[in-house]
Amino acid sequence: MSTATETIEDLVKTEYKYGFYTDVETESAPPGLSEETIRMISRKKSEPEWLTEWRLKAYRHWITLSEPTWQKAHHEKIDYQAICYFSQPKPKKDAPKSLDEVDPKLLETYEKLGIPLRERGRLAGVAVDAIFDSVSVGTTFRKQLAEKGVIFCSFTEAVHEHPELVKKYLGSVVPYTDNYYAALNSAVFTDGSFCYIPKGVRCPMELSTYFRINAANTGQFERTLIIADEGAQVSYLEGCTAPMRDENQLHAAVVELVALDRGEIKYSTVQNWYPGDEKGVGGIYNFVTKRGLCKGRHSKITWTQVETGSAITWKYPSCILLGDHSVGEFYSVAVTNNYQQADTGTKMVHIGKNTRSTIISKGISAGHGQNSYRGLVKIHKSAANARNFSQCDSMLIGSQCGAHTFPYIEVKNTSASVEHEASTSKIGEDQIFYCNARGIATQDAVNMIVNGFCKEVFKELPMEFAVEAQKLLGVSLEGSVG
Amino acid sequence: MNHQPILEIKNLSAGVEGKQILKGVSLTIYPGQVHAVMGPNGSGKSTLAAVLAGRDGYDITGGEVLYNGKDLLDLDPEERAREGLFLAFQYPVEIPGVNSTYFLKAAYNEIRKHRGEPELDAIDFLALVKDKMKLLELKEDLLKRSVNEGFSGGEKKRAEIFQMAVLEPKLAILDETDSGLDIDALKVVSQGVNALKRPDNAQLVITHYQRLLNFIVPDFVHVLVDGYIVKTGGKELALELEAKGYDWILKRETAKV
Ligand SMILES: Nc1ncnc2c1ncn2[C@@H]1O[C@H](COP(=O)(O)OP(=O)(O)OP(=O)(O)O)[C@@H](O)[C@H]1O
Ligand SMILES: [Mg+2]
Repeated sequence: MSTATETIEDLVKTEYKYGFYTDVETESAPPGLSEETIRMISRKKSEPEWLTEWRLKAYRHWITLSEPTWQKAHHEKIDYQAICYFSQPKPKKDAPKSLDEVDPKLLETYEKLGIPLRERGRLAGVAVDAIFDSVSVGTTFRKQLAEKGVIFCSFTEAVHEHPELVKKYLGSVVPYTDNYYAALNSAVFTDGSFCYIPKGVRCPMELSTYFRINAANTGQFERTLIIADEGAQVSYLEGCTAPMRDENQLHAAVVELVALDRGEIKYSTVQNWYPGDEKGVGGIYNFVTKRGLCKGRHSKITWTQVETGSAITWKYPSCILLGDHSVGEFYSVAVTNNYQQADTGTKMVHIGKNTRSTIISKGISAGHGQNSYRGLVKIHKSAANARNFSQCDSMLIGSQCGAHTFPYIEVKNTSASVEHEASTSKIGEDQIFYCNARGIATQDAVNMIVNGFCKEVFKELPMEFAVEAQKLLGVSLEGSVG
Repeated sequence: MNHQPILEIKNLSAGVEGKQILKGVSLTIYPGQVHAVMGPNGSGKSTLAAVLAGRDGYDITGGEVLYNGKDLLDLDPEERAREGLFLAFQYPVEIPGVNSTYFLKAAYNEIRKHRGEPELDAIDFLALVKDKMKLLELKEDLLKRSVNEGFSGGEKKRAEIFQMAVLEPKLAILDETDSGLDIDALKVVSQGVNALKRPDNAQLVITHYQRLLNFIVPDFVHVLVDGYIVKTGGKELALELEAKGYDWILKRETAKV
């Protein structure tokens, strides 16, 4: 009886492959947070006055707040004065002007992570912005994108080259007053990706940002801002990894999306931060605020996430459906293993008429992992004929893990329709033995079953990354036969 | 018979959670043969099948099993399957989300890999499957669905034999494949099983009913009672059991001791 379960549990204990550390000379600020730290960051980045002031306002607000405790995740108190808020690979002479001048050690790091940045080895048809600790080390395919008028660059560059866009949209979806971590991020964010798709343009390739935490005792606070102007379309993907360390590291990002009339943004995440070891030591605290504003009529925002890493994941990619006929979608796979904890879900806030939202959440718990879905569907009085469909499925592997579902529904308009379905299943010994008896080894059987369980979500990922995500789960690709 | 047996069970004892279920079972199956195992509920028939297929959680307390001359009990269940052992389950398991054809293709290719043969791609596999579907008059939509999910009892059993037809095992163990099948289905499935019979393979058929043995004619019938094979005979033994039940054997066996 127990033996079969143990083998299943052993099998999901696959090792973290991205735990290496790159030995590059870095320039780091001393740990600690004060107005001076923020001024220093702002100075380092030669920021305009208005941004420094915005950061300081956020900081002054943050110090009045206390850490939230409502989420179903437990962690040691974070000492915010012990964190280093700025770390960057030491520039060789001047800042690299093109990717060819980037430190080869950094290029190698991304190569090792499967994200080639060199001219020849680039991912076909995917533009990548690579963020190493606090700063962007390079963005590929910029020329090709610029021809279409697409702006894709690091946040720092955007501040200098497109200040009017940044000023207009920064904090417009996630104000610095939003929550504890959003306030902290607004005060200390160091870099991130910026992306603007002009009117009527369909972005000619996938855009992606690859986040890498390298330095020890460093927090990563990046900020991503994506704007799809009228009729524009873009698909964007972020990936994340970090070295294996015994202490926990904080990652508190903010992502803001804005879609104008008929604008469409598809935002996909493959989150594989270091999850800690099998005893629960170390790992990333992934406390992220992601929100999209469907500002225009018929606009659409789709969040797809595959969350396999981090010691604690705490994020709710949300959609504010302001424009009439706008559409919000959330597709999520969250895996918790060993002592990982995930409290994730979404908020769909229906304000416009005929707005629609879909939520598909798949939680997989193994080992001692705890997986919570927390979601809010809110239909405002103005949202006539709003529709929502939610489906939250949990799968348990072994008997020491847990799955929890907290769906909140608030409906203020009687013409709305809200549907919620939920299920919990367990990978049984019977299923594993049945596969074994057909020549399929236990690892492959688990992969097959988990993959089958997540199928609806993987379908939503861009092709190139669907495969990566499936591999990430240790899942063999399920063919389209039959 | 002068060639090697496919299966040689020698004085096998096995139990679960401290409870002794098989108490010294011996049985030898040669290529080309069909053996039937009958016996009352709870006598250990499914346990025997499970131990042969390599299910976890059973303690082997005595005896040995040779499969093509090799120690069977030493192999993992998936290795046994790849070596051509097939168990048609009494209760086939549902696997939601996993497409039936995909599952079967994975199973088929595991066997091919094991033999050092190239894997079949989706198109070639589909052609093979179409052929076997006719044999079992299997509805095509079943293969588009998840493994056994929502299949009726009879559909599940038919699907098991369909898998057997595709995988072409050396030794097939059918655990009560007949229960849950209506008369017409029973005929189709039995014909399927018979069509798969070859001089170099063998079948071990577990059943409660003589009726099945009218279609799948066994060379030997073994009666398993309380963990022992208490009697072995030809196909007429099944008829006798049908007429008289198990009591008369039990009485005679106890009288003998
Ligand atoms: N996991 C288990 N724990 C405890 N007892 C078990 C377990 N598995 C089987 N048994 C017992 O072993 C005995 C033999 O079971 P088995 O399923 O082999 O019988 P069977 O001959 O196949 O019966 P049937 O004709 O009803 O299918 C039964 O008494 C059963 O309750
Ligand atoms: Mg049985």
